[in-house]
Amino acid sequence: MLLQRRFEERCAEAYALGKIGGFCHLYIGQEATGTGAIATLRPDDYIVTTYRDHAQAIARGIAPRAIMAELFGRSDGCSHGKGGSMHLFSREHNFLGGHGIVGGHIPLATGVAFAIKYRGGDQVCLCFFGEAAVNNGAFHEALNMAGLWKLPIIYVIENNRYGMGTALERASAINDIAERARAYAMERAVVDGQDVLAVRQVVGDAVQRARTEQLPMLIEARTYRFMGHSMSDAVSGTYRSKAELDEHVKRDPIVLLRALMQGNGEIDDAGLAQLDADVRAICEDAWQFADASPEPPLEALLEDVTVDTTS
Amino acid sequence: MITTYRDALAQALREEMQRDDRVFLMGEEVAAYQGAYKVSKGLLQEFGEMRVVDTPITELGFAGVGVGAAMVGLRPVIEFMTWNFALLALDQVVNAAAKMLYMSGGQFNVPIVFRGPNGAALQLAAQHSQAWESWLAHIPGLKVVTPATPADAKGLLKSAIRDDNPVIVLEGEMLYNTKGEIPDGEHLVPIGVAERKREGTDCSIITYGKMVLVALQAADTLAAQGITLDVVDLRSVRPMDVPAIVASVRRTNRAVVLEEGWAVAGIGAQVVDIVQRECFDDLDAPVIRVHQADAPMPYARNLERAAKPDLAQTIAAVKRVMYVEA
Repeated sequence: MLLQRRFEERCAEAYALGKIGGFCHLYIGQEATGTGAIATLRPDDYIVTTYRDHAQAIARGIAPRAIMAELFGRSDGCSHGKGGSMHLFSREHNFLGGHGIVGGHIPLATGVAFAIKYRGGDQVCLCFFGEAAVNNGAFHEALNMAGLWKLPIIYVIENNRYGMGTALERASAINDIAERARAYAMERAVVDGQDVLAVRQVVGDAVQRARTEQLPMLIEARTYRFMGHSMSDAVSGTYRSKAELDEHVKRDPIVLLRALMQGNGEIDDAGLAQLDADVRAICEDAWQFADASPEPPLEALLEDVTVDTTS
Repeated sequence: MITTYRDALAQALREEMQRDDRVFLMGEEVAAYQGAYKVSKGLLQEFGEMRVVDTPITELGFAGVGVGAAMVGLRPVIEFMTWNFALLALDQVVNAAAKMLYMSGGQFNVPIVFRGPNGAALQLAAQHSQAWESWLAHIPGLKVVTPATPADAKGLLKSAIRDDNPVIVLEGEMLYNTKGEIPDGEHLVPIGVAERKREGTDCSIITYGKMVLVALQAADTLAAQGITLDVVDLRSVRPMDVPAIVASVRRTNRAVVLEEGWAVAGIGAQVVDIVQRECFDDLDAPVIRVHQADAPMPYARNLERAAKPDLAQTIAAVKRVMYVEA
């Protein structure tokens, strides 16, 4: 989580310098949700996620170098510079994207789970999306099929309270959004998304059930993003107050975990300082690597539009 | 063997499902009901419910399920009961299937077929009578095929299923009962290769899909008047067989482009672009397009007839480009 945090702080810096372009959505404040959830997976399980994907890619084990190079639009990026911030992919890690249309990837993740069942495998698919996506038709269509066909998928709602600038209660007819699972005969749970251990426990149970009983589940992780929706969005002042933000920052998932670990004697100040120095070095290395990586060759423009093969 | 367009498609599905157990069929009414147009008749009984899957009426949802399954190695055939309903699924077709390979830097191809009837039938009115090929052909990453005959229906669908890219198969709702000869044994038609359905020297008709039948009727009618038409069936509108178009126009020096849909930004506009660029010095007359009237499809029988491109309009267009009195 600390690596993710420091990495995205460098992303913000790079964005300000123009090294990262386009849209750039940071996960700062939400790290416990992705980290706890992804920690429950096997390497052969699958992840399908949203455009707010950098930290989850790190949690899945994709090299920070490859992620930063992608954000810089370079050929050594994990999508070879063709995807950018919103479209991180790694076949090696069964990391099936970064998708940019709210809710659009939920049916796709459901199809991954369908394929698992089709082949009789015991893998699972983990699908992340924000609380705003639960109002989207794609969410309802996909969850209905997952419930109907009993597919091994865990849907994790990252409820960070705001769909861009629109608060949950201004967008959803019900506020306990995990309740929507009832409509699809699906188990549901609500978890403190700032508590990485709680997330790991709840998602872990769901993963186990999906693996052994091939049952889907909807989990609402209540979290908060400390940054704006994207880099072009003010952190506070328009749709949320500074006071509200400050209140939530008190429950910074990294601070909470640090306090727990210090309380348990699992890490001391020197250990923390070393850890911070280590992750900063990784981020600096990623930056330098990305900066040195060549831009994609112009021939790449027309490559990978289609493949030339048949099967 | 003489068979119907419907049975040709069914043969293609059956043969490919027998050949490759990663191939499955998913859509509304494809299984228990045996297909809204009976294309999937008998497949549930032969392959079981894991491979012939009835879905809820959720085009967006099941199209996306297909894309996800294709990303991890299955080879879905997604049936839209008609392409009119597929508009609800276009996000999955365009933003997911077509772009996945590119935006993943070549890591995730999507070997999927989206198929179903396209174009107007009879008096189904505005929402059920549309030709979508120009929408789909616009998108890099997709292949779009438009079989006109049973042989092409079988051969193109089989090629589509084997292709490692997303392929759109636009079937003609009014073609399902038409009959034709299908070669015995394995029959594949390559994607992107046009076929000269009739050889002639006086005027080219460049067309595809259901309109091929109209073009052939025109060729028969005009042959009796001493005019021979060179009928080019594109068969694929993306990729488009440019050399076949150019060769035909260079033979005849005149061309009519016949399509079922609307003119604005239509497939015919793309063909005309090719012809003016590649055949500028070969043309003896401006190219004329025949297409649907620029209005939503009306219900009334007479208005619908007037809206659709037909034999009379096609013959009139040929005579215009030949400067012959109608």
